[in-house]
Amino acid sequence: MKKLLAVILCLGLMLTASIALADNITVGIINNPPSESGYREANVKDFETVFSAENGYTAKAFYSLKNDEQLAQASQFITDGVDYLLVSAAETTGWDAVLTAAQEAGIPVFLFDRMIDCDEALYEAAVVSDMRNQGIGAVEWLKAQGLEAYNIIHIQGAMGSDAQIGRTEPLKEQADADDAWKIVVQQTATWDEAEAKNITEAAINSGEAFNVIYAENDGMARGAVAALDEHGITHGVNGDVIIIGFDCNRWALRQVILGNWNYDGQCSPFQAQVISDMIQKLQAGETLETKIVISNERGFDAKTITEEDIATYGLGEE
Amino acid sequence: MKKQTGSGFGNALRQLTVPLVAIAILIVFNLIRDPAFFSVTTTVNNTGRTVLAGNLISIINGASELAILAMGMTLVTAASGGQDIAVGATAAVCGSVFVKVLSSGASITGLSILIAVVACIAAGMLCGLFNGTLVSVFKIQPMIATLILFTCGRSIAYWINGGATPTVSSPIVTAIGSFIPGVPVPTPIFIVIFVGLCFGLLFRFTSIRLYMQSVGINQRAARLNGINPVVIKMLAFVLLGVCCAFSGVISVSRLSLINHETILLEIEMDAILAVAIGGNSLGGGKFRMAGSVLGAYAIQALTTTLYAMKVPSTDIKAYKAVVIILLVVLGSPVVKKAFANLKLKWAQRSAKGAEA
Repeated sequence: MKKLLAVILCLGLMLTASIALADNITVGIINNPPSESGYREANVKDFETVFSAENGYTAKAFYSLKNDEQLAQASQFITDGVDYLLVSAAETTGWDAVLTAAQEAGIPVFLFDRMIDCDEALYEAAVVSDMRNQGIGAVEWLKAQGLEAYNIIHIQGAMGSDAQIGRTEPLKEQADADDAWKIVVQQTATWDEAEAKNITEAAINSGEAFNVIYAENDGMARGAVAALDEHGITHGVNGDVIIIGFDCNRWALRQVILGNWNYDGQCSPFQAQVISDMIQKLQAGETLETKIVISNERGFDAKTITEEDIATYGLGEE
Repeated sequence: MKKQTGSGFGNALRQLTVPLVAIAILIVFNLIRDPAFFSVTTTVNNTGRTVLAGNLISIINGASELAILAMGMTLVTAASGGQDIAVGATAAVCGSVFVKVLSSGASITGLSILIAVVACIAAGMLCGLFNGTLVSVFKIQPMIATLILFTCGRSIAYWINGGATPTVSSPIVTAIGSFIPGVPVPTPIFIVIFVGLCFGLLFRFTSIRLYMQSVGINQRAARLNGINPVVIKMLAFVLLGVCCAFSGVISVSRLSLINHETILLEIEMDAILAVAIGGNSLGGGKFRMAGSVLGAYAIQALTTTLYAMKVPSTDIKAYKAVVIILLVVLGSPVVKKAFANLKLKWAQRSAKGAEA
């Protein structure tokens, strides 16, 4: 009996050991550092959770805001012979050589979060956010509010960034097309909360009439709201000024559910599961049907948001 | 010699000409543009308290961090003949320590705020000591020495807290950053006055001012007179570190959060500029702190004016540059000398006229 037990135990151990050894897929992840933003922090965490040892992955990650450092590390990953290469590039250009090298080495490349300016054949699939879609979502929501006049303070992110361009364009197009829409102040606060507060304060001091604040991320919306609070201007669901933010930080969604803000547009950092599913498909010998997957992103209205939404979609701490 | 001491007030006025003229021009310009620009009104804020509001309040309040940093930068400039370009990053580190201490406690009380402020000042002094050691002991150029913290300070700030924008919510923190209940004047203004008073008392009751100036003018002569340049320079950097701590606390408290990447970004350039506009030589030596503080308010007034004129914030730096070139040229020795010559000629001509 004892012997039998020992044999079973040994077999069991060998089995688990062989599973652990044989089935681990190595992935090289190139990303931006988590300190960049609340979005990135959640993004990095998402990839750490999904591409974990428990899920049968060995993940090697590299974080940098600099394109050349990212490129160098990507080449290193190719030399190391990872099974898959996952890239969120700092810049959209300059990747052709590295991606070609990966292709020659037979390493499938997945792009996530951001697109790269290159031939479609160089990557297996891309799972990205459509910033323009986020802007359209917010503008459509604002249109549905049916205000008589829209006098908007538009606080932009760092000029030229993907998120800034995507979230600015739909608003600008709407303002150009409809006379009832007027952008009374348009300034960039380069994602800075304090700068957003200064811009709003200057507008209030110069007696500008406005009823909408369209801030291109949560932090800047927070800064603007602080200025409103100091000057006794009401905002939110029952207030004079409509507040719109982006990114869905957990604390921001809390402001939305409290009715202090009206709308928060999601920018989903959760691409890891989609990519993992694709990798499993490739491992099983199947082929992928779609080349570009746009993350399904939504907006949250103060009137309809639930606690469950905050738990599911909120980023970071409250 | 006698004449010099006699016209001490005149001297002060002369050195403060540039910042005063700058502020005067901005005031006149704004009054023409919009007579109500400087009107101070009272509003009831969303917590139901009556507070002061208006552009003037915004300028004085908004310049608080810069004014405090300009005071410290004046000392470093005077003693070392160089500038600290890491003040923004150091303030980020200090702010991060402040947030860390507050968020690691169970609840935020007056005592925990006090502990956090002390920790924050200690962090600032440590950063100052690091810079000061490199500059005074290892004789590295201040700009190169402070380049180290300039580069890595914000990463350190991130490590301390983790997380992109950690928040601390407490009525006391809000009171530091905006208004104390029942007081209609923004709190940061009081903090500037407090720091200014501390420096005033320091200069009144010690000889630090003289020591710093003499080290800045001639290090060897100072040493021969029994002043240790190493200690004095280090002291200047440590005091600037304390200033960074105060700025960090104000900046964090304004919105009850810290964004490591953007907090007081590029403020080092404005601080150096404030020192220059204040009529202080960037090569060290004699200094006048009041000039730097006025310079800080002039810079903020300029920024606020440009915002009020709806200049796109991407263009603001270009407009600022134009004004700065004018101010710096106006305050340069060449122009000053030309003015003095002109004055002399006038005096001679009027004297001749009187003779004839």
